[in-house]
Amino acid sequence: MKTFRRGGAHPEENKLTNDCSIEVFPLPKQGVVFVSQHLGAPATLIVQKGDRVKTGQLIAKAEQFICANTHSPYTGIISKIDFATDFTGYKKQAVFIEVEEDEWMEGIDTSPDIIRDIKLDSKEIIEKIKEMGIVGLGGAAFPTHIKYMVPQGRTAEFLIINAAECEPYLTSDYRLMSESAEESLIGIQIMKKALGVEKALVGIEENKPVAIHRMTELAKNFTGIEIVPLKTKYPQGAEKQLIYALTKREVPSGKLPIEVGCVVNNIGTAEAIYHAVQKNKPLIENVLTLTGKSVKERKNLLVRVGTPMQSIIDAFGGLPEDTGKVVSGGPMMGKAISDLSAPTVKTTSAILVMSNKESSRKEETNCLRCGKCITVCPMGLEPILIAQLAENRLWEETEKEFAMDCIECGTCLYTCPAGRPLLDMLRLSKNNISELRRKRTQK
Amino acid sequence: MSTIIFSILVLVLTATLAAIILYFVAQKFKVIEDPRIDTLTDMLPGANCGGCGYAGCRSMAETIVRNNSLEGMKCPVGGNKVMEDIAVLMGLEASEAAPQIAVIRCNGGKINTTPKIKYEGVQDCLYAHLNMASEGGCPNSCLGLGNCEAVCPFDAIHIDPITLLPVVDEEKCVACGACVKECPRKIIELRNKGIKNRRVFVSCVNTEKGVVSKKNCNVSCIGCGLCVKACPFEAITLTNNLAYIDYNKCKLCRKCVEVCPTGAIHEINFPPKKEKASVEA
Repeated sequence: MKTFRRGGAHPEENKLTNDCSIEVFPLPKQGVVFVSQHLGAPATLIVQKGDRVKTGQLIAKAEQFICANTHSPYTGIISKIDFATDFTGYKKQAVFIEVEEDEWMEGIDTSPDIIRDIKLDSKEIIEKIKEMGIVGLGGAAFPTHIKYMVPQGRTAEFLIINAAECEPYLTSDYRLMSESAEESLIGIQIMKKALGVEKALVGIEENKPVAIHRMTELAKNFTGIEIVPLKTKYPQGAEKQLIYALTKREVPSGKLPIEVGCVVNNIGTAEAIYHAVQKNKPLIENVLTLTGKSVKERKNLLVRVGTPMQSIIDAFGGLPEDTGKVVSGGPMMGKAISDLSAPTVKTTSAILVMSNKESSRKEETNCLRCGKCITVCPMGLEPILIAQLAENRLWEETEKEFAMDCIECGTCLYTCPAGRPLLDMLRLSKNNISELRRKRTQK
Repeated sequence: MSTIIFSILVLVLTATLAAIILYFVAQKFKVIEDPRIDTLTDMLPGANCGGCGYAGCRSMAETIVRNNSLEGMKCPVGGNKVMEDIAVLMGLEASEAAPQIAVIRCNGGKINTTPKIKYEGVQDCLYAHLNMASEGGCPNSCLGLGNCEAVCPFDAIHIDPITLLPVVDEEKCVACGACVKECPRKIIELRNKGIKNRRVFVSCVNTEKGVVSKKNCNVSCIGCGLCVKACPFEAITLTNNLAYIDYNKCKLCRKCVEVCPTGAIHEINFPPKKEKASVEA
């Protein structure tokens, strides 16, 4: 079974929602849509207070290079444009829409028919991806069209589709593959055309036999798509780990996957690209998993961007009494939500309710020098060393120890028997190193 | 007997030879240094706190001698006295700086805010700042995890266990600015100590609108502007819903303290209200 080279762990899978088919979550009364929901420069707002917007209408335009469009997921009047809290508690500019009905913009195909012919050429596809505001749904929210503009002197050989879904609890990609495999495959076909590559590799962890079976069956109808089962091991779905597992190539430190001829996208992105290119539908909804051991009704939901998280939880029995933390994303990489009134964004992949017992941290004790963090680090770093440097605020030293290569998978923190705050310190060093680098470029 | 004499002779000869070599080497590689640098270093307090903006006391001394100027130089630990002594020695004029002290511009803490969440991550303000607004919900408030306490070289700042806010020890604080640099929220400010150690300042850095900040905190500045109107010396400015008192213009009349509806303006070291009542009467 294919897998990545070093490190990794196998946390309890807890895929509790494997058998829950995707349900459409009703529209909220008021939608709160953040103007910028991607990595990079902020988008420019093009609507005003009091405007009436239709579902799928452009509300914020990308005017810089690394930037993505934002569309209205609702039909209604914009009641205000103000700052709204995101899940960290910080405030970001958002558009508040009083939802009236669901009237889609002209030109958007909302029928369930599958369109198989790809009419557009490569350039037009990339333009379409940009226009429809597609961002990487794997979690980083990187504007997708930029990945398809291959820099000069590099050639893409493989399109790699991440369908590993290695995070425990999450099942949204799995349900997507089981229910709309063909759409995803057409999406992959479109991405191949945009990139001009012959081969696409889809990596799926072996704990999803139904998805592997269904995708393999359907992939026979397409040329150049190979479904590869991967060993169930965290973080199989991390970009660099996935590239190694599928192609045995290693991305050099600090470089992008295109360096070794690969472009990596999530399976959710493939599905979004299918809808964008074939049906003209912008990225305004995504599948998220509502899960947790003590949650009354666990669901896979198709949710419009900008739905308050509180309303999703309330609709299915509310928060259980022993709730310790509510996490946006999976238990390994997700971040605790500090304000539940915050709306969902394009990349919200899960709302995970953890009980007090599950979510509390291990008591912090002294480092045992056992070296487990070094063994499990999939990037081959020395987390304990970097953490110690970070505790002493030696940011330049952490840079020399390749802290920037950390993928923040959290395996070190998960494994550490002494409960050292390894991931936290790595994140802190990464943040400070980027600040140092920014200062250097300014000089 | 001859062995002893021979040994002594050899040792004496070797020593003489080594001394001669060392003498010439020392002459050849002599480092010519202004002796004033050493004198200045001895005059400076030797705390090496970095409050002057240089790496340490010696580094400051070197700079003074190299530039032969005292412009913009100040030693927060030694104060004006040390700078005057240095000025006399160097034959220069010292620029007089008013003594300063660190003030904490947040009064939220545990008492004046209602915690909505519980932070369980690393007890490090820098990291908490990256990941959450604050337990009370204010994105500008003190996180209370004590980074300022940890970096203070003079043991002059401590987190109060009840309010979870830092408290500055006025005896010990020398305004070196280590905590100011460390605080990710820019809550700590160096302000002039003021006449008789009395100070008036806005104990809040929140720039949110009043309606929003009032929800999270009982004592935030809500940007109402009453203090701006009340100030007879035009010392208060209101930017981004936040009042700021310029300590150079403030005459410590305390009119702003009286009008502030939320109690965000603090007065320090003023005699208790008894005297104030008698003045009013």
